[in-house]
Amino acid sequence: MPEATFLDATELVLNMGPQHPSTHGVLRVILKLDGEKVNGTECVIGYLHRGVEKIGENRTYQMFAPYVDRMDYVAAVSNGLGYCLAVEKLLNVEAAPRAQVTRVILTELNRIASHLLWLGTHALDIGALTPVFYTFREREEILNIFEKYCGARLTTHSFRIGGLQYELYDGFEDDVKAFCKAALPKMDEYEELLTANRIWVSRLTGVGVLNAEDCKAYGVTGPMLRAAGVKWDIRKALPYSGYEKYDFEIPTRQDGDTFDRYIVRMQEMRQSVRIIRQAVEDIPSGPIMAKVPKVIKPPVGEVYVSIEAPKGELGYFIVSDGSTQPYRVRVRPPSFVNLQALDRMAKGALIADVVAIIGTIDIVLGEVDR
Amino acid sequence: MADEQKPQPKPPAAAAGHAAPKPPAVMATTPWESDLTSQLKEHFGEQILECLSYLGQEFLIAKPEAVIPILDYLKLDADFDYLVDVTAADYPNRPERFDLIYVLYSFSRNQRIRVKTRIPDGFKPQTAVTVHATANWLEREVFDMFGIEFAGHPDMKRILLPEDWQGYPLRKDYGIIQQDERWVKENLGIDSAQ
Repeated sequence: MPEATFLDATELVLNMGPQHPSTHGVLRVILKLDGEKVNGTECVIGYLHRGVEKIGENRTYQMFAPYVDRMDYVAAVSNGLGYCLAVEKLLNVEAAPRAQVTRVILTELNRIASHLLWLGTHALDIGALTPVFYTFREREEILNIFEKYCGARLTTHSFRIGGLQYELYDGFEDDVKAFCKAALPKMDEYEELLTANRIWVSRLTGVGVLNAEDCKAYGVTGPMLRAAGVKWDIRKALPYSGYEKYDFEIPTRQDGDTFDRYIVRMQEMRQSVRIIRQAVEDIPSGPIMAKVPKVIKPPVGEVYVSIEAPKGELGYFIVSDGSTQPYRVRVRPPSFVNLQALDRMAKGALIADVVAIIGTIDIVLGEVDR
Repeated sequence: MADEQKPQPKPPAAAAGHAAPKPPAVMATTPWESDLTSQLKEHFGEQILECLSYLGQEFLIAKPEAVIPILDYLKLDADFDYLVDVTAADYPNRPERFDLIYVLYSFSRNQRIRVKTRIPDGFKPQTAVTVHATANWLEREVFDMFGIEFAGHPDMKRILLPEDWQGYPLRKDYGIIQQDERWVKENLGIDSAQ
Protein backbone atom coordinates (compact mmCIF):
# COMPACT_ATOMS: atom_id res chain seq x y z
CA MET A 1 0.00 0.00 0.00
CA PRO A 2 1.32 3.46 -0.83
CA GLU A 3 2.04 5.55 2.22
CA ALA A 4 1.08 9.20 2.57
CA THR A 5 4.01 11.57 2.99
CA PHE A 6 4.13 15.03 4.47
CA LEU A 7 3.13 16.62 1.19
CA ASP A 8 0.08 14.41 1.26
CA ALA A 9 1.31 12.80 -1.89
CA THR A 10 1.82 9.10 -2.21
CA GLU A 11 5.25 7.60 -1.91
CA LEU A 12 6.45 6.21 -5.15
CA VAL A 13 8.51 3.05 -5.14
CA LEU A 14 10.85 2.80 -8.07
CA ASN A 15 13.23 0.04 -9.02
CA MET A 16 16.63 1.13 -10.18
CA GLY A 17 18.34 -1.85 -11.73
CA PRO A 18 19.22 -4.71 -11.73
CA GLN A 19 19.81 -3.81 -15.37
CA HIS A 20 20.70 -0.15 -15.26
CA PRO A 21 23.76 1.45 -16.86
CA SER A 22 24.66 3.44 -13.76
CA THR A 23 24.57 0.67 -11.22
CA HIS A 24 27.86 -0.80 -12.47
CA GLY A 25 26.59 -4.31 -12.70
CA VAL A 26 23.57 -6.11 -11.41
CA LEU A 27 22.67 -4.01 -8.42
CA ARG A 28 19.02 -3.37 -7.73
CA VAL A 29 18.18 -0.36 -5.62
CA ILE A 30 14.60 0.10 -4.50
CA LEU A 31 14.04 3.84 -4.25
CA LYS A 32 11.27 5.26 -2.13
CA LEU A 33 10.51 8.58 -3.70
CA ASP A 34 8.65 11.70 -2.85
CA GLY A 35 8.70 13.38 -6.22
CA GLU A 36 12.37 13.69 -7.09
CA LYS A 37 13.46 13.35 -3.49
CA VAL A 38 14.70 10.03 -2.15
CA ASN A 39 13.14 9.07 1.17
CA GLY A 40 14.92 5.81 1.50
CA THR A 41 16.71 3.13 -0.42
CA GLU A 42 17.03 -0.59 -0.16
CA CYS A 43 19.69 -2.55 -1.95
CA VAL A 44 18.88 -5.96 -3.35
CA ILE A 45 22.11 -7.78 -4.01
CA GLY A 46 23.25 -11.30 -4.65
CA TYR A 47 22.62 -11.58 -8.39
CA LEU A 48 26.27 -12.47 -8.92
CA HIS A 49 26.61 -14.72 -5.90
CA ARG A 50 28.80 -17.70 -6.73
CA GLY A 51 29.51 -19.01 -3.27
CA VAL A 52 33.20 -18.21 -3.35
CA GLU A 53 33.61 -19.05 0.32
CA LYS A 54 32.03 -22.48 -0.15
CA ILE A 55 34.23 -23.11 -3.17
CA GLY A 56 37.23 -22.24 -1.04
CA GLU A 57 36.37 -24.97 1.44
CA ASN A 58 36.30 -27.48 -1.37
CA ARG A 59 39.59 -26.61 -3.05
CA THR A 60 43.18 -26.84 -1.93
CA TYR A 61 44.95 -23.67 -0.93
CA GLN A 62 46.62 -23.24 -4.31
CA MET A 63 43.53 -24.18 -6.29
CA PHE A 64 41.50 -21.48 -4.61
CA ALA A 65 43.91 -18.68 -5.55
CA PRO A 66 42.52 -18.06 -9.06
CA TYR A 67 38.98 -17.86 -7.72
CA VAL A 68 39.68 -14.80 -5.60
CA ASP A 69 40.59 -12.85 -8.74
CA ARG A 70 36.99 -13.15 -9.86
CA MET A 71 35.63 -11.16 -6.96
CA ASP A 72 36.88 -7.65 -7.58
CA TYR A 73 37.77 -8.28 -11.18
CA VAL A 74 39.02 -4.76 -11.84
CA ALA A 75 41.56 -5.15 -9.03
CA ALA A 76 42.32 -8.84 -9.26
CA VAL A 77 45.95 -8.39 -8.29
CA SER A 78 44.93 -6.93 -4.92
CA ASN A 79 42.63 -9.85 -4.25
CA GLY A 80 45.39 -12.28 -5.02
CA LEU A 81 47.84 -10.43 -2.83
CA GLY A 82 45.48 -10.48 0.15
CA TYR A 83 44.83 -14.18 -0.22
CA CYS A 84 48.50 -15.08 -0.63
CA LEU A 85 49.44 -12.98 2.38
CA ALA A 86 46.80 -14.68 4.48
CA VAL A 87 47.96 -18.18 3.57
CA GLU A 88 51.58 -17.15 4.05
CA LYS A 89 50.66 -15.87 7.49
CA LEU A 90 49.07 -19.25 8.28
CA LEU A 91 52.21 -20.98 7.08
CA ASN A 92 54.31 -18.39 8.89
CA VAL A 93 56.48 -17.73 5.87
CA GLU A 94 57.34 -14.52 4.05
CA ALA A 95 57.40 -14.12 0.32
CA ALA A 96 60.81 -13.89 -1.33
CA PRO A 97 62.22 -10.33 -1.33
CA ARG A 98 62.12 -10.11 -5.10
CA ALA A 99 58.51 -11.21 -5.06
CA GLN A 100 57.56 -8.67 -2.40
CA VAL A 101 58.81 -5.72 -4.42
CA THR A 102 57.23 -7.02 -7.60
CA ARG A 103 53.97 -7.51 -5.75
CA VAL A 104 54.03 -3.89 -4.66
CA ILE A 105 54.60 -2.71 -8.24
CA LEU A 106 51.85 -4.85 -9.71
CA THR A 107 49.40 -4.05 -6.94
CA GLU A 108 49.96 -0.33 -7.27
CA LEU A 109 49.60 -0.55 -11.04
CA ASN A 110 46.36 -2.33 -10.43
CA ARG A 111 45.24 0.35 -8.01
CA ILE A 112 45.77 2.93 -10.73
CA ALA A 113 43.90 0.77 -13.23
CA SER A 114 41.02 0.36 -10.80
CA HIS A 115 40.84 4.07 -10.07
CA LEU A 116 41.03 4.88 -13.78
CA LEU A 117 38.09 2.61 -14.48
CA TRP A 118 36.23 4.22 -11.64
CA LEU A 119 37.02 7.72 -12.90
CA GLY A 120 35.93 6.98 -16.43
CA THR A 121 32.65 5.35 -15.52
CA HIS A 122 31.88 7.79 -12.73
CA ALA A 123 32.32 10.69 -15.11
CA LEU A 124 30.19 8.86 -17.66
CA ASP A 125 27.42 8.51 -15.08
CA ILE A 126 27.53 12.20 -14.35
CA GLY A 127 27.34 12.98 -18.06
CA ALA A 128 30.94 13.74 -18.94
CA LEU A 129 31.58 11.51 -21.91
CA THR A 130 35.17 12.39 -22.68
CA PRO A 131 37.20 11.15 -19.68
CA VAL A 132 36.30 7.51 -20.19
CA PHE A 133 38.14 7.44 -23.49
CA TYR A 134 41.26 8.88 -21.92
CA THR A 135 41.20 6.74 -18.80
CA PHE A 136 40.71 3.55 -20.77
CA ARG A 137 43.65 4.52 -22.95
CA GLU A 138 45.93 4.64 -19.91
CA ARG A 139 44.36 1.63 -18.30
CA GLU A 140 45.17 -0.26 -21.46
CA GLU A 141 48.87 0.44 -20.89
CA ILE A 142 48.65 -1.15 -17.46
CA LEU A 143 46.72 -4.14 -18.75
CA ASN A 144 49.36 -4.58 -21.44
CA ILE A 145 52.01 -4.85 -18.75
CA PHE A 146 49.91 -7.48 -16.97
CA GLU A 147 49.41 -9.33 -20.20
CA LYS A 148 53.11 -9.35 -20.95
CA TYR A 149 53.81 -10.54 -17.42
CA CYS A 150 51.32 -13.35 -17.06
CA GLY A 151 49.22 -13.57 -20.20
CA ALA A 152 46.02 -12.35 -18.59
CA ARG A 153 44.69 -8.85 -18.49
CA LEU A 154 42.02 -8.84 -15.83
CA THR A 155 41.98 -12.00 -13.76
CA THR A 156 45.71 -12.26 -13.60
CA HIS A 157 46.44 -14.82 -10.88
CA SER A 158 49.83 -13.17 -10.80
CA PHE A 159 50.97 -14.34 -7.37
CA ARG A 160 51.53 -17.69 -5.84
CA ILE A 161 51.62 -18.59 -2.19
CA GLY A 162 55.19 -17.71 -1.26
CA GLY A 163 56.04 -15.56 -4.24
CA LEU A 164 55.21 -14.94 -7.85
CA GLN A 165 53.64 -16.94 -10.61
CA TYR A 166 56.30 -16.06 -13.18
CA GLU A 167 59.71 -14.49 -13.40
CA LEU A 168 59.55 -10.93 -14.69
CA TYR A 169 59.87 -10.59 -18.43
CA ASP A 170 62.78 -8.73 -20.00
CA GLY A 171 62.02 -5.06 -20.19
CA PHE A 172 59.48 -5.08 -17.37
CA GLU A 173 61.27 -2.25 -15.58
CA ASP A 174 61.40 -0.17 -18.75
CA ASP A 175 57.70 -0.66 -19.41
CA VAL A 176 56.82 0.33 -15.87
CA LYS A 177 59.10 3.35 -15.95
CA ALA A 178 57.68 4.44 -19.27
CA PHE A 179 54.18 4.15 -17.89
CA CYS A 180 55.07 6.18 -14.80
CA LYS A 181 56.64 8.87 -16.91
CA ALA A 182 53.63 9.16 -19.14
CA ALA A 183 51.02 8.78 -16.40
CA LEU A 184 51.53 11.97 -14.42
CA PRO A 185 50.90 14.44 -17.27
CA LYS A 186 47.87 12.35 -18.24
CA MET A 187 46.49 12.73 -14.74
CA ASP A 188 46.89 16.48 -15.08
CA GLU A 189 44.85 16.17 -18.24
CA TYR A 190 41.99 14.45 -16.45
CA GLU A 191 42.05 17.03 -13.74
CA GLU A 192 41.98 19.78 -16.34
CA LEU A 193 38.86 18.24 -17.77
CA LEU A 194 37.10 17.78 -14.46
CA THR A 195 38.43 19.39 -11.31
CA ALA A 196 37.52 22.95 -12.20
CA ASN A 197 34.63 22.03 -14.46
CA ARG A 198 31.60 23.86 -13.14
CA ILE A 199 29.10 21.18 -14.01
CA TRP A 200 31.29 18.50 -12.46
CA VAL A 201 31.86 20.49 -9.29
CA SER A 202 28.23 21.39 -8.79
CA ARG A 203 27.07 17.84 -9.46
CA LEU A 204 29.46 16.46 -6.83
CA THR A 205 29.91 19.03 -4.10
CA GLY A 206 27.82 18.39 -1.04
CA VAL A 207 26.36 15.21 -2.53
CA GLY A 208 26.39 11.99 -0.52
CA VAL A 209 28.14 13.38 2.52
CA LEU A 210 29.41 10.78 4.93
CA ASN A 211 31.34 12.16 7.87
CA ALA A 212 34.11 10.38 9.74
CA GLU A 213 31.82 9.21 12.52
CA ASP A 214 29.38 7.62 10.09
CA CYS A 215 32.22 6.05 8.16
CA LYS A 216 33.48 4.32 11.27
CA ALA A 217 30.00 3.25 12.34
CA TYR A 218 29.32 1.74 8.91
CA GLY A 219 32.78 0.24 8.63
CA VAL A 220 33.45 2.27 5.50
CA THR A 221 37.12 2.22 4.52
CA GLY A 222 39.37 3.22 1.67
CA PRO A 223 39.11 6.52 -0.19
CA MET A 224 35.68 7.14 1.30
CA LEU A 225 37.07 7.16 4.82
CA ARG A 226 40.01 9.30 3.82
CA ALA A 227 37.76 11.81 2.09
CA ALA A 228 36.06 12.26 5.46
CA GLY A 229 39.34 13.31 7.04
CA VAL A 230 40.56 10.10 8.63
CA LYS A 231 44.19 9.60 7.72
CA TRP A 232 44.11 5.84 7.70
CA ASP A 233 45.55 3.48 5.18
CA ILE A 234 46.48 -0.12 5.98
CA ARG A 235 49.65 0.29 3.93
CA LYS A 236 50.80 2.76 6.58
CA ALA A 237 48.95 1.56 9.67
CA LEU A 238 49.75 -2.15 9.43
CA PRO A 239 52.26 -2.40 6.60
CA TYR A 240 52.52 -5.58 4.58
CA SER A 241 54.68 -6.70 1.67
CA GLY A 242 57.33 -4.10 2.50
CA TYR A 243 55.22 -0.95 2.14
CA GLU A 244 56.99 0.56 5.12
CA LYS A 245 60.06 1.01 2.93
CA TYR A 246 58.41 3.42 0.55
CA ASP A 247 57.90 7.08 0.95
CA PHE A 248 54.35 8.15 0.17
CA GLU A 249 51.53 10.15 1.63
CA ILE A 250 47.95 9.40 2.50
CA PRO A 251 45.79 11.97 0.75
CA THR A 252 42.85 13.15 2.83
CA ARG A 253 40.06 15.68 2.53
CA GLN A 254 37.67 17.07 5.09
CA ASP A 255 34.10 17.19 3.83
CA GLY A 256 33.46 13.58 2.94
CA ASP A 257 31.31 14.41 -0.07
CA THR A 258 31.46 12.97 -3.56
CA PHE A 259 33.82 15.68 -4.78
CA ASP A 260 36.28 14.99 -1.97
CA ARG A 261 36.29 11.31 -2.81
CA TYR A 262 37.08 12.21 -6.37
CA ILE A 263 40.03 14.36 -5.27
CA VAL A 264 41.31 11.68 -2.89
CA ARG A 265 41.28 9.02 -5.59
CA MET A 266 43.01 11.33 -8.05
CA GLN A 267 45.77 12.00 -5.54
CA GLU A 268 46.02 8.34 -4.66
CA MET A 269 46.89 7.53 -8.24
CA ARG A 270 49.77 10.00 -8.07
CA GLN A 271 50.94 8.45 -4.82
CA SER A 272 50.80 5.02 -6.43
CA VAL A 273 53.03 6.26 -9.23
CA ARG A 274 55.37 7.55 -6.55
CA ILE A 275 55.50 4.13 -4.88
CA ILE A 276 56.01 2.31 -8.17
CA ARG A 277 58.89 4.62 -9.10
CA GLN A 278 60.67 3.84 -5.85
CA ALA A 279 59.98 0.14 -6.07
CA VAL A 280 61.01 -0.35 -9.67
CA GLU A 281 64.41 1.21 -9.04
CA ASP A 282 65.20 -1.41 -6.49
CA ILE A 283 63.94 -4.86 -7.46
CA PRO A 284 66.23 -7.28 -5.63
CA SER A 285 67.60 -10.21 -7.53
CA GLY A 286 67.14 -13.74 -6.30
CA PRO A 287 64.47 -16.40 -6.40
CA ILE A 288 60.84 -15.42 -6.91
CA MET A 289 59.54 -18.07 -4.55
CA ALA A 290 60.18 -18.53 -0.85
CA LYS A 291 60.63 -22.03 0.49
CA VAL A 292 57.06 -23.25 0.52
CA PRO A 293 56.15 -26.93 0.48
CA LYS A 294 54.61 -28.30 -2.72
CA VAL A 295 51.64 -29.55 -0.75
CA ILE A 296 50.42 -26.72 1.40
CA LYS A 297 49.18 -27.91 4.77
CA PRO A 298 49.19 -25.05 7.24
CA PRO A 299 49.14 -25.99 10.91
CA VAL A 300 45.81 -25.82 12.70
CA GLY A 301 44.92 -22.24 13.34
CA GLU A 302 43.11 -19.18 12.14
CA VAL A 303 44.25 -15.79 10.93
CA TYR A 304 42.74 -12.57 9.72
CA VAL A 305 44.89 -10.66 7.25
CA SER A 306 43.82 -7.57 5.39
CA ILE A 307 45.26 -5.25 2.80
CA GLU A 308 44.41 -1.85 1.43
CA ALA A 309 42.63 -2.72 -1.79
CA PRO A 310 41.66 0.14 -4.13
CA LYS A 311 38.19 0.12 -2.60
CA GLY A 312 39.05 -0.23 1.06
CA GLU A 313 39.95 -2.90 3.55
CA LEU A 314 40.00 -6.31 1.93
CA GLY A 315 40.37 -8.99 4.56
CA TYR A 316 40.72 -12.74 4.54
CA PHE A 317 39.84 -14.81 7.56
CA ILE A 318 41.13 -18.33 7.04
CA VAL A 319 40.72 -21.28 9.37
CA SER A 320 43.02 -24.22 8.83
CA ASP A 321 42.35 -27.67 10.22
CA GLY A 322 45.75 -28.94 9.19
CA SER A 323 44.61 -30.41 5.89
CA THR A 324 45.29 -29.33 2.33
CA GLN A 325 41.99 -27.47 2.10
CA PRO A 326 40.98 -24.44 4.12
CA TYR A 327 38.38 -25.29 6.74
CA ARG A 328 36.80 -21.90 6.31
CA VAL A 329 37.64 -18.95 4.09
CA ARG A 330 35.93 -15.70 4.78
CA VAL A 331 36.39 -12.71 2.55
CA ARG A 332 35.74 -9.31 4.04
CA PRO A 333 34.89 -7.35 0.92
CA PRO A 334 35.24 -3.57 0.96
CA SER A 335 32.54 -2.99 -1.67
CA PHE A 336 29.92 -4.95 0.25
CA VAL A 337 30.51 -3.07 3.46
CA ASN A 338 30.81 0.33 1.78
CA LEU A 339 27.61 -0.21 -0.18
CA GLN A 340 25.75 -0.52 3.08
CA ALA A 341 26.24 3.21 3.62
CA LEU A 342 24.31 4.01 0.42
CA ASP A 343 21.06 4.45 2.31
CA ARG A 344 22.66 6.87 4.73
CA MET A 345 24.11 8.94 1.89
CA ALA A 346 21.13 8.87 -0.44
CA LYS A 347 18.44 9.84 2.06
CA GLY A 348 17.17 13.28 1.13
CA ALA A 349 19.09 13.38 -2.13
CA LEU A 350 17.65 13.59 -5.63
CA ILE A 351 17.40 10.63 -7.99
CA ALA A 352 20.18 12.05 -10.14
CA ASP A 353 22.39 12.21 -7.06
CA VAL A 354 21.84 8.52 -6.38
CA VAL A 355 23.68 7.82 -9.60
CA ALA A 356 26.57 9.98 -8.43
CA ILE A 357 26.56 8.31 -5.02
CA ILE A 358 26.60 4.78 -6.39
CA GLY A 359 29.48 5.82 -8.62
CA THR A 360 31.44 7.36 -5.81
CA ILE A 361 31.29 4.24 -3.62
CA ASP A 362 33.19 2.48 -6.40
CA ILE A 363 31.51 -0.88 -6.10
CA VAL A 364 32.24 -3.97 -8.08
CA LEU A 365 29.30 -6.30 -7.89
CA GLY A 366 31.46 -9.36 -8.28
CA GLU A 367 32.91 -8.50 -4.92
CA VAL A 368 29.67 -7.41 -3.29
CA ASP A 369 28.01 -10.71 -4.14
CA ARG A 370 31.02 -13.03 -4.22
CA MET B 1 40.64 -25.55 19.14
CA ALA B 2 41.31 -28.52 21.35
CA ASP B 3 37.71 -29.62 21.60
CA GLU B 4 36.94 -29.58 17.92
CA GLN B 5 36.36 -33.08 16.70
CA LYS B 6 37.82 -32.75 13.27
CA PRO B 7 39.07 -35.51 11.05
CA GLN B 8 42.76 -35.83 11.48
CA PRO B 9 44.74 -35.00 8.36
CA LYS B 10 45.56 -38.15 6.51
CA PRO B 11 49.20 -39.15 6.61
CA PRO B 12 50.91 -38.42 3.30
CA ALA B 13 50.38 -41.39 1.05
CA ALA B 14 53.81 -42.33 -0.23
CA ALA B 15 56.04 -40.41 2.08
CA ALA B 16 58.39 -43.30 2.55
CA GLY B 17 61.92 -42.51 3.56
CA HIS B 18 61.37 -39.37 5.58
CA ALA B 19 58.52 -39.10 7.99
CA ALA B 20 57.20 -35.55 8.00
CA PRO B 21 56.72 -34.18 11.49
CA LYS B 22 53.03 -34.31 12.22
CA PRO B 23 51.51 -30.85 12.66
CA PRO B 24 49.93 -30.36 16.08
CA ALA B 25 46.20 -30.95 15.94
CA VAL B 26 45.37 -27.97 18.09
CA MET B 27 45.97 -24.31 17.48
CA ALA B 28 49.36 -23.50 19.02
CA THR B 29 48.21 -20.42 20.87
CA THR B 30 50.01 -18.47 23.53
CA PRO B 31 48.27 -16.56 26.31
CA TRP B 32 47.59 -12.92 25.56
CA GLU B 33 48.25 -10.63 28.47
CA SER B 34 48.15 -6.88 28.31
CA ASP B 35 46.56 -3.90 30.02
CA LEU B 36 43.53 -4.40 27.84
CA THR B 37 42.99 -8.02 28.84
CA SER B 38 43.39 -7.28 32.54
CA GLN B 39 40.92 -4.42 32.18
CA LEU B 40 38.48 -6.69 30.42
CA LYS B 41 38.93 -9.51 32.90
CA GLU B 42 38.39 -7.14 35.76
CA HIS B 43 35.23 -5.85 34.18
CA PHE B 44 33.75 -9.08 32.86
CA GLY B 45 35.34 -11.72 35.09
CA GLU B 46 34.14 -15.18 34.30
CA GLN B 47 32.38 -14.08 31.13
CA ILE B 48 35.71 -14.03 29.33
CA LEU B 49 36.92 -17.57 28.96
CA GLU B 50 40.32 -17.12 27.39
CA CYS B 51 42.60 -14.45 25.97
CA LEU B 52 44.91 -15.91 23.37
CA SER B 53 47.36 -14.97 20.72
CA TYR B 54 48.19 -16.88 17.55
CA LEU B 55 50.94 -15.78 15.15
CA GLY B 56 50.83 -12.36 16.74
CA GLN B 57 47.09 -11.98 16.27
CA GLU B 58 45.16 -11.52 19.48
CA PHE B 59 41.70 -12.76 20.24
CA LEU B 60 39.52 -13.49 23.20
CA ILE B 61 36.86 -16.11 23.68
CA ALA B 62 33.79 -15.00 25.58
CA LYS B 63 30.47 -16.43 26.64
CA PRO B 64 27.76 -15.75 24.03
CA GLU B 65 25.65 -13.50 26.23
CA ALA B 66 28.67 -11.34 27.09
CA VAL B 67 29.65 -10.54 23.50
CA ILE B 68 27.56 -7.42 22.99
CA PRO B 69 28.49 -5.89 26.36
CA ILE B 70 32.13 -6.59 25.51
CA LEU B 71 31.82 -4.96 22.08
CA ASP B 72 30.13 -2.01 23.72
CA TYR B 73 32.79 -1.76 26.40
CA LEU B 74 35.58 -2.05 23.86
CA LYS B 75 34.01 0.66 21.75
CA LEU B 76 33.36 3.16 24.51
CA ASP B 77 36.23 2.53 26.92
CA ALA B 78 38.98 1.08 24.76
CA ASP B 79 38.34 2.91 21.49
CA PHE B 80 37.71 -0.16 19.34
CA ASP B 81 35.33 1.86 17.21
CA TYR B 82 35.50 -0.03 13.93
CA LEU B 83 33.82 -3.39 13.54
CA VAL B 84 35.72 -4.88 10.63
CA ASP B 85 33.85 -8.10 10.15
CA VAL B 86 31.35 -10.52 11.61
CA THR B 87 31.57 -14.09 10.49
CA ALA B 88 31.10 -17.66 11.64
CA ALA B 89 32.54 -21.11 11.21
CA ASP B 90 30.70 -24.40 11.48
CA TYR B 91 31.94 -27.37 13.53
CA PRO B 92 29.09 -29.88 13.24
CA ASN B 93 30.64 -32.42 15.63
CA ARG B 94 30.87 -30.00 18.49
CA PRO B 95 28.04 -29.44 20.96
CA GLU B 96 28.51 -25.70 20.57
CA ARG B 97 28.29 -25.93 16.86
CA PHE B 98 29.26 -22.48 15.65
CA ASP B 99 32.16 -20.14 16.18
CA LEU B 100 30.99 -16.56 15.90
CA ILE B 101 33.83 -14.17 15.19
CA TYR B 102 33.89 -10.40 15.47
CA VAL B 103 36.94 -8.61 14.11
CA LEU B 104 37.55 -5.24 15.71
CA TYR B 105 39.99 -2.47 15.01
CA SER B 106 40.95 0.63 16.94
CA PHE B 107 42.14 3.61 14.96
CA SER B 108 43.76 5.32 17.94
CA ARG B 109 45.58 2.20 19.18
CA ASN B 110 46.26 0.86 15.70
CA GLN B 111 45.37 -2.57 16.99
CA ARG B 112 43.20 -5.32 15.64
CA ILE B 113 41.64 -7.97 17.85
CA ARG B 114 39.01 -10.63 17.49
CA VAL B 115 36.18 -11.49 19.83
CA LYS B 116 35.07 -15.06 19.50
CA THR B 117 32.23 -16.99 20.98
CA ARG B 118 30.82 -20.48 20.63
CA ILE B 119 27.12 -21.05 20.26
CA PRO B 120 24.98 -24.15 19.83
CA ASP B 121 22.67 -24.63 16.84
CA GLY B 122 19.44 -22.71 17.31
CA PHE B 123 20.92 -20.23 19.76
CA LYS B 124 19.97 -16.65 18.92
CA PRO B 125 22.83 -14.31 19.75
CA GLN B 126 22.09 -10.65 20.34
CA THR B 127 22.63 -8.37 17.38
CA ALA B 128 25.58 -5.98 17.34
CA VAL B 129 23.69 -3.37 15.29
CA THR B 130 23.01 -1.43 18.48
CA VAL B 131 26.77 -0.96 18.91
CA HIS B 132 28.06 -0.88 15.32
CA ALA B 133 25.73 0.03 12.45
CA THR B 134 27.85 -1.97 10.04
CA ALA B 135 26.81 -5.23 11.71
CA ASN B 136 23.49 -5.00 9.89
CA TRP B 137 24.52 -6.52 6.56
CA LEU B 138 27.32 -8.60 8.04
CA GLU B 139 24.91 -10.35 10.38
CA ARG B 140 22.42 -10.81 7.59
CA GLU B 141 25.12 -12.58 5.65
CA VAL B 142 25.91 -14.83 8.61
CA PHE B 143 22.21 -15.65 8.84
CA ASP B 144 22.06 -16.28 5.11
CA MET B 145 25.03 -18.63 5.09
CA PHE B 146 24.83 -20.33 8.50
CA GLY B 147 21.25 -19.89 9.66
CA ILE B 148 22.29 -18.11 12.82
CA GLU B 149 19.47 -15.75 13.69
CA PHE B 150 20.38 -12.58 15.53
CA ALA B 151 17.93 -11.43 18.20
CA GLY B 152 16.90 -7.80 17.92
CA HIS B 153 18.22 -7.35 14.40
CA PRO B 154 16.15 -4.75 12.52
CA ASP B 155 15.94 -6.68 9.25
CA MET B 156 16.76 -10.35 9.73
CA LYS B 157 16.41 -11.81 6.26
CA ARG B 158 18.61 -13.32 3.59
CA ILE B 159 20.90 -10.94 1.76
CA LEU B 160 22.84 -12.72 -0.97
CA LEU B 161 20.60 -15.68 -1.68
CA PRO B 162 16.97 -15.54 -2.85
CA GLU B 163 14.43 -15.50 -0.06
CA ASP B 164 13.03 -18.91 -0.96
CA TRP B 165 16.44 -20.61 -0.83
CA GLN B 166 16.49 -23.78 1.20
CA GLY B 167 19.28 -24.55 3.62
CA TYR B 168 22.33 -22.64 4.69
CA PRO B 169 25.21 -23.14 2.26
CA LEU B 170 28.20 -22.60 4.52
CA ARG B 171 27.14 -25.24 7.00
CA LYS B 172 29.37 -28.25 6.66
CA ASP B 173 26.46 -30.61 6.06
CA TYR B 174 25.41 -28.65 2.98
CA GLY B 175 26.93 -30.46 0.02
CA ILE B 176 28.45 -28.48 -2.78
CA ILE B 177 26.31 -30.08 -5.51
CA GLN B 178 23.19 -30.58 -3.40
CA GLN B 179 21.44 -27.60 -4.94
CA ASP B 180 22.24 -28.73 -8.46
CA GLU B 181 21.02 -32.25 -7.82
CA ARG B 182 17.72 -31.01 -6.44
CA TRP B 183 17.21 -28.57 -9.28
CA VAL B 184 17.82 -31.26 -11.90
CA LYS B 185 15.52 -33.67 -10.09
CA GLU B 186 12.70 -31.16 -9.78
CA ASN B 187 12.96 -29.56 -13.17
CA LEU B 188 14.17 -32.33 -15.43
CA GLY B 189 12.96 -35.35 -13.50
CA ILE B 190 16.26 -37.18 -13.84
CA ASP B 191 19.26 -37.80 -11.63
CA SER B 192 22.04 -35.30 -11.85
CA ALA B 193 25.08 -36.51 -13.70
CA GLN B 194 27.44 -34.48 -11.51
